[in-house]
Amino acid sequence: MSATSTYRLMLKRHGYQLRAWRRGRDLTPVTNRTQAIRPQDVLAFTTLRNERVRLPYFLDYYRAQGIGHFLMVDNASDDGSRDYLAEQPDVSLWTTPASYRGARFGVDWLNRLQHRYGHGHWTLVVDADEFFVYPYCDTRPIQALTGWLETCGMRSFSAMLIDMYPRGPVDAEPYSEGQNPFEIASWFDNGNYFISRNPEFHNLWIQGGPRARVFFPDKPGAAPSLNKIPLVKWRRDYVYLQSTHMLLPRALNVTYDDQGGEMTSGALLHAKFLSTLARKAAGDVQRKAYSGQGRENRANDTQLRNRPVLWTRWSEKYINWRQLEILGLMSKGNWA
Amino acid sequence: MTVGFVMLVDAALERAAQVARHWAESGCPVVIHVDAEVTKRSYDAFRRDLADLETLEFVETRRRCEWGSWDSVAATMDGAEMMLDAFPDVRHVYLATGACLPLRPVAELQTHLAGRPHTDFIESATVESVDWSKGGFDRERFTFRSPLSSRKQGSLFDRVVRLQRRSGRTRQVPEGLVPHRGSPWWCLTRSTLSALLQDPRRREYEDFFRSVQAPDQSYFQTLVRKYAWRVESRSLTLSKLDYQGRSQTFYDDHLQLLRRSDCFVARKIWPLAERLYSNLLSNDPGVTQNAEPDPGKIDRLFNQAIERRTRGRPGLYMQSRFPLQKRENGESSGSYSVFEGFDDLFDDFEAWLSKTTGNRVHGHLYGPGCAEFAGGEAIFNGGLSDSAAIRDYNPCAFLRNLVWNTRGERQCFMFGPSDNQDITDFIAGDRNAQISVITGTWAIRLFRQKEAPEAVRKEAARLQRIEQEHVRILGADWAKARIRIWPLAEFIEAPMDNLQCILDEIGPRGARRLTEAPRLTDLTGFGRFLQELKNEGMAIHLAGEFSVGRDPTPIVPDSPRRLVVK
Repeated sequence: MSATSTYRLMLKRHGYQLRAWRRGRDLTPVTNRTQAIRPQDVLAFTTLRNERVRLPYFLDYYRAQGIGHFLMVDNASDDGSRDYLAEQPDVSLWTTPASYRGARFGVDWLNRLQHRYGHGHWTLVVDADEFFVYPYCDTRPIQALTGWLETCGMRSFSAMLIDMYPRGPVDAEPYSEGQNPFEIASWFDNGNYFISRNPEFHNLWIQGGPRARVFFPDKPGAAPSLNKIPLVKWRRDYVYLQSTHMLLPRALNVTYDDQGGEMTSGALLHAKFLSTLARKAAGDVQRKAYSGQGRENRANDTQLRNRPVLWTRWSEKYINWRQLEILGLMSKGNWA
Repeated sequence: MTVGFVMLVDAALERAAQVARHWAESGCPVVIHVDAEVTKRSYDAFRRDLADLETLEFVETRRRCEWGSWDSVAATMDGAEMMLDAFPDVRHVYLATGACLPLRPVAELQTHLAGRPHTDFIESATVESVDWSKGGFDRERFTFRSPLSSRKQGSLFDRVVRLQRRSGRTRQVPEGLVPHRGSPWWCLTRSTLSALLQDPRRREYEDFFRSVQAPDQSYFQTLVRKYAWRVESRSLTLSKLDYQGRSQTFYDDHLQLLRRSDCFVARKIWPLAERLYSNLLSNDPGVTQNAEPDPGKIDRLFNQAIERRTRGRPGLYMQSRFPLQKRENGESSGSYSVFEGFDDLFDDFEAWLSKTTGNRVHGHLYGPGCAEFAGGEAIFNGGLSDSAAIRDYNPCAFLRNLVWNTRGERQCFMFGPSDNQDITDFIAGDRNAQISVITGTWAIRLFRQKEAPEAVRKEAARLQRIEQEHVRILGADWAKARIRIWPLAEFIEAPMDNLQCILDEIGPRGARRLTEAPRLTDLTGFGRFLQELKNEGMAIHLAGEFSVGRDPTPIVPDSPRRLVVK
């Protein structure tokens, strides 16, 4: 790597930090309980809009996993999400009416909060519809994973996004509050992901799955990215570039072995394709909030009106992390 | 007579206190060395917590014991000295750490040791005989100086080693010592330990080992051979190392595994593994519930983990395994066969192949219209789409996915010059591929299409150019696939023999004899057609030599003749 490219990446990183700082000023604290954060806590960072019905299960899921504190940004919800979160003892909440897109889909806001509160902690950045799964997650809390990563000298952990979908039309079975979304959306694609390596930031770029198959059969290049690095031992000079797809400094993106071995990795089960989606996608298109990733959302919206069925007879029904491991979607690596 | 524990403690003090208390209250004296990194406040609290135990002492000089450093050996010797002085009825000294957990009741350990009063339990093997060390440069660990930590100052460390290797400056192992290595966790007798501690040459040995790499794995292991009456070369402590030489951690879900260990103590235990502590930290066999020892099971688990990390699953490309080209052993995860030209030459070849071999036979997976999956499916195993756009977006990933998704079942597919050629390099370099090519068969398709001569000639030229390039790559010296190439004319000479040798490779050895032949397409007038192409000015060489009048009659027409190839 030449000195100029190192320098260029450093400038880029500073640029993103400055941006996070500017966008961070749009955030108004609702309840700030960050005093309660203990030095060893694993912290979760989330941006959301109108996710009230999902929140109870979301919080319980991650509490059970061992998350110590939730730092959340509410982007002008009008469904009671804010009041609900403000009451939770382990949630610190900020709110903003500013544009989601303007904050690069919330990345700037969270970069700012991570800079401020995440330094020295393991931080997990997830959306309200993303559920983190890692090897042994059914028997070991998240501290076991972070502790192990630390002894191995690893600072970041990869967990690819796996789109989950129901058997019938996406909106056929209504989702009710507190319910495990994967009781409904329990199916996934297990072997149609394609990967390439990003030469600039050294991360892997993963696409595929049901969205590429159903919504982008003619232009797969536009299909959404599924690579994610949501768990990082944060330092205040780190920044996420695009959602949690990649970070700077770019050494954090090398969560894979290029010599044939397998590093440990997890998955983010994506409970997007539920009855809650139709309403949400329509709202998003109206607000044009997503138009950067608008292709995807417009496609979703059009398709959703046709009540798509993502299920095929080759779909796999989700059982547990071991199944994902055997299928080759994630790996235990050398963690035994 | 009893066993005393020397404990090196550096973190998770509550757990260390819990275990120390257990041992002390079970009648075993304990001497604890607390790392200098531990803050004074935590240290004082820790001491206060254990103050009520009479048979528990602390080493007053606290050292900074980095893993594998000389200081950890020095701290061990301080502790051992103290143990021997303060507790005269200790016959065996057991070296443990704060992350250790007894697996069996103390009484069982005492019985075991009492039955072997003069035995030293320490893993100790000559350096020549084992590749025990990770990153091993074995003997060099002893003959080179290594003032640096290989882990913390990796590149500098390597440079120092290289420098010494080049300069040839090595040093002598002290006279009378034979370098041995082994697990740092041991249990030695009083007589061995005191001989070691009171050796008049101790200073000399210490000076030597101070700059040896990982002295905690070599100092006692080497010296014990000098004094011991009887060495049992195995550690009573279960400790597994990962591929970088770090200790593996045990968690709650390892409980059943630990119960089957033949060791008395395990390390290291995750401090929050409540289930392990509550189930194993007991002198009641009813609580510990040890089962028939099966240490092989534990070995297998951890060896598999190392294998997964270092070799991975061949052919798998995923978020945490992405081998650079040419580095890995075979590109795809299983065998597959590529048939080029066969479907032009034989009618209904796919159905015949599928019936004969019982394998999954696809059409032109890389065809221009769509991926022709077996049975004309739109979605195949793993959710693969037949969309040509998706397939062509990353053609190699498409094939690797297909082979991975159907592991255990050989895939066969048709290929030809009209298909997407981007996978040529990949399949040629993949030793799991079996590629059989009949060149020039595209001419048969053109012959049947009966289009205008000018269009035919252009198309023929195009296809021939593509096929020529394809064949050139298959012939490259780096190609690893099993490749067979016949010009059309040559193949037709003995089609059944040729088919048989392909199928022999696919199927179990000698299991199948072809009893039913595929039907050769009608080639009446084909020689004439080729000649006319030539007359148009086209040079056809890939099809081989077809004389004008030669219209090969179908080898096995519809008659059900049995064909036996000897």
